[in-house]
Amino acid sequence: MGNPEHVTQAVAQIRGRYPGAITGEEVIKSGLRMLVVKKEALLDILALAKEQLEFNVLYDLTAADYLEREPYFHVIYLLHSHTQWVKLMIKVKLERENPLLPSATRLWPSANWFERELYDFYGIRFEGHPHLKRLLMPDEWIGHPLRKDYSLTEEPVQFKGVRTHKLPSEVIPKKYE
Amino acid sequence: MWKEQIDLELERVKTDQEKGTETMVLNLGPQHPSTHGVLRLVLELDGERVVHCEPHIGYLHTGIEKECEYRTYHQVVPLIDRMDYLSSLHEEMGYVLAVEKLLGIEAPKRAQYIRVMMCELSRIASHLVWLGTGALELNVSSVFMYCFRDRESILDLFELISGARMFPRYFRVGGVMRDLPRGFEDAVKQFVGEFRVHWKEYHDLLTKNPIWRMRNEGIAVLTREQCYAYALTGPILRACGVAYDTRRAFPYSAYPEFEFELPTQPAGDAYARYLVRMSEMEQSLRIVEQVLAKLPQGPIVAEGLQPSSKSERSVWWRHPHRGFLVPPGESYVTVESPRGEKGYWVVSDGSNKPLRVRMRSPSFVNAQALPLLVEGGYIADAVVAIASVDPVLGDVDR
Repeated sequence: MGNPEHVTQAVAQIRGRYPGAITGEEVIKSGLRMLVVKKEALLDILALAKEQLEFNVLYDLTAADYLEREPYFHVIYLLHSHTQWVKLMIKVKLERENPLLPSATRLWPSANWFERELYDFYGIRFEGHPHLKRLLMPDEWIGHPLRKDYSLTEEPVQFKGVRTHKLPSEVIPKKYE
Repeated sequence: MWKEQIDLELERVKTDQEKGTETMVLNLGPQHPSTHGVLRLVLELDGERVVHCEPHIGYLHTGIEKECEYRTYHQVVPLIDRMDYLSSLHEEMGYVLAVEKLLGIEAPKRAQYIRVMMCELSRIASHLVWLGTGALELNVSSVFMYCFRDRESILDLFELISGARMFPRYFRVGGVMRDLPRGFEDAVKQFVGEFRVHWKEYHDLLTKNPIWRMRNEGIAVLTREQCYAYALTGPILRACGVAYDTRRAFPYSAYPEFEFELPTQPAGDAYARYLVRMSEMEQSLRIVEQVLAKLPQGPIVAEGLQPSSKSERSVWWRHPHRGFLVPPGESYVTVESPRGEKGYWVVSDGSNKPLRVRMRSPSFVNAQALPLLVEGGYIADAVVAIASVDPVLGDVDR
């Protein structure tokens, strides 16, 4: 079992060092602590977490497109400490127009492919990344597929016993709220 | 013009001759039997030595993350089965737990026990494929045949519970699809008994085999710091002497109720990874036996989620086409898959479809570290290095 006290102390330290940079704090439903920070202070906070607060692993780096709510990407950095066995999530809200973030590859080499993946799927550019190009999609691909305004391309599917062709969206249930 | 080019070329050859060496670029994959799928490595060779390695991935990218955003919560389960196709149940476990956290429900005890048992059987099946194909890489084809024989028995068990061998889509939000069929526990007991014997045979065939040791010992060495830097988890990390396992560090489902050890090895080479995975199979057998001994009776779906009940939530189940609504929020759940730590980040916007499903797949992270393992070694050892990482390309490319 990990040491949850460590996260509390780490959050207090980050708050003490960068009081103006933190815009929100939340415990997400699976019990992880999440800090919402400003883009400008992101790299400093990550460096602080790595070098002084024992978060020695960048465990995950990914994003979500909140287009239907607000014109922002939510980028999360999931930090993990192998000495204390705890995780801390750091979230940045990033405007959808011309998204740009500082690269974390100098701190953790594992950020390399994560950032390339985000560039590929969301078009987020990372300043200072050594080799920012598409990773999973072909190099000549146009558009960034995981953006909400990039629609799922469809082709008609022949279903057995159905005379007319149907599009997948006609078969997939509609969105309910 | 052409004369200048010839001069340039002669100059290059001369300098190469002075150095006494010339490198060659070799393309390994994507259609190569020893890359475990459609992994492509561009290797720069100096004689037999690999001086530079660049992995190219994406040949199996199917856009599952995008597809998930267009499906209701239960329609996602068969999709994610196709990612890590050797241990689909771990995918389902991570996803289902994440959605349950969003809903604020918990599966009943019997369902949790069944899930743990199926996950551990799945781990054995996955490790058997790794062992079989890894041995086949070094031309030990008998072990390959034996391993697939045992894996077949596990797939038969999956077929008993769900009707499908490789993609069981057995876990549901709030429980499991259906209860264990009659005679299933005896079938598992029989498998455990048989596999114990076979497991010892594999040890006898390989562990002290001088050729196996020569090809694996000291190959593809990683240090603990490199593992941290590249966020490596699972057997690779434990083979570097770190006793870290999500089942222990962030216990989920019914794992705290079972006893098991975390096998570690200090060396960090391919042979250490082999030993760790072999011991893990034995620990999985231990967990399966404990589940069978303690398996409680009771419901298999969380209260209020059965289609027959009259509570409010059962309304969701009267319209399977429409799915059910999940309150807005996000959850991040990690589970220990055979390849490392699997993370599921599910974001809900309150509708019947997820806003985002992100899989932090261990194969993807491990594949990034391949250059560390391959560079500096012989090209023949590159094959061993890939096998020791055990990448599943469906999981890498998603």
